[in-house]
Amino acid sequence: MTNKRITIVEKIFDANERLANENRRRFDENHVFAINLMASPGAGKTSLILATIKALLDQKVRIGVIEGDTAPVTIDADKISAAGIPVIQINTGGECHLDAVMVENALNQLPIEDLDLVIVENVGNLICPAAFKLGTHANVLIASVPEGDDKPYKYPNIYRGLEVLIINKTDLLPYLDFDMDYFRQGVEILNPGLETFALSCKTGAGLEDWLLWLKSKLPKK
Amino acid sequence: MHELSVTESVLEIACRHAGKAQAKRVTDIYLVIGRLSSIVDDSVQFYWNLISKDTLCENAQLHFRRVPAELVYLDCQHQYQLAEELTPCPKCNSTRIRVLSGDEFHLESIEIERK
Repeated sequence: MTNKRITIVEKIFDANERLANENRRRFDENHVFAINLMASPGAGKTSLILATIKALLDQKVRIGVIEGDTAPVTIDADKISAAGIPVIQINTGGECHLDAVMVENALNQLPIEDLDLVIVENVGNLICPAAFKLGTHANVLIASVPEGDDKPYKYPNIYRGLEVLIINKTDLLPYLDFDMDYFRQGVEILNPGLETFALSCKTGAGLEDWLLWLKSKLPKK
Repeated sequence: MHELSVTESVLEIACRHAGKAQAKRVTDIYLVIGRLSSIVDDSVQFYWNLISKDTLCENAQLHFRRVPAELVYLDCQHQYQLAEELTPCPKCNSTRIRVLSGDEFHLESIEIERK
């Protein structure tokens, strides 16, 4: 009996990343732009989705939503469904993030060939979703101002992988000690030149720029 | 945290390579974890003990090698190891940085007993 050392050097996230690439291929084949929407609980993920749906439906953009939740409650999915949008709910069974397999399963149930835009609402969490690629084209984070201006410093990983940052609940700024310069400095260190939209889902202020960006990304069919 | 799914991946990779090498069992597993990848050793160890039962990896010892986060400021080329919070460059006050290392998270090698 002999012992032997075997060199492997395999990334732990390799399997997930292979599946994410497969999801990306499906989006591209069907000319769908897909975003992975991340945030802490209560930052306004569902509010942003509803506001986006409302604005884009009028312009005949066909949207599908994949809704991640850790518990089997359909509160968010029901709201989106009520807006007349195909929505697939993923119950992660307590897991803290979505991964590429869960999104693949959801894609099998969405009428993807009839869509222009897929919004994946990740589980409310600033740590775990950062590690798992889903195959979407853009990682979008909502940071809401009541969470505080120190979040880029405390959760650097999620900021490093972003294509877009949305600063939500700007209508509350007069009531908070939120230092925008300090916040933006942290973001700049982690992700220089990051596309950023400051808005309020409640008042609608600033939404237009986000919608223009999103529309500019939709493939022409 | 997502240590359970991460630990399942470690087990899958180790068992796959051990199987290919016709191992009788795996005795040691060597993992590399960067400072910026938010993985907790104790938690991986906890799940490992549970899920490696009745596999080629049962009772295999986990070894963690931590890699520090190395950053370089692009304007003045000042290089330093991240200790606590990210700050602008202490030398030139620039915020333009590149991460040189610290994102690693991989299975480096395993040690097996041959049949």
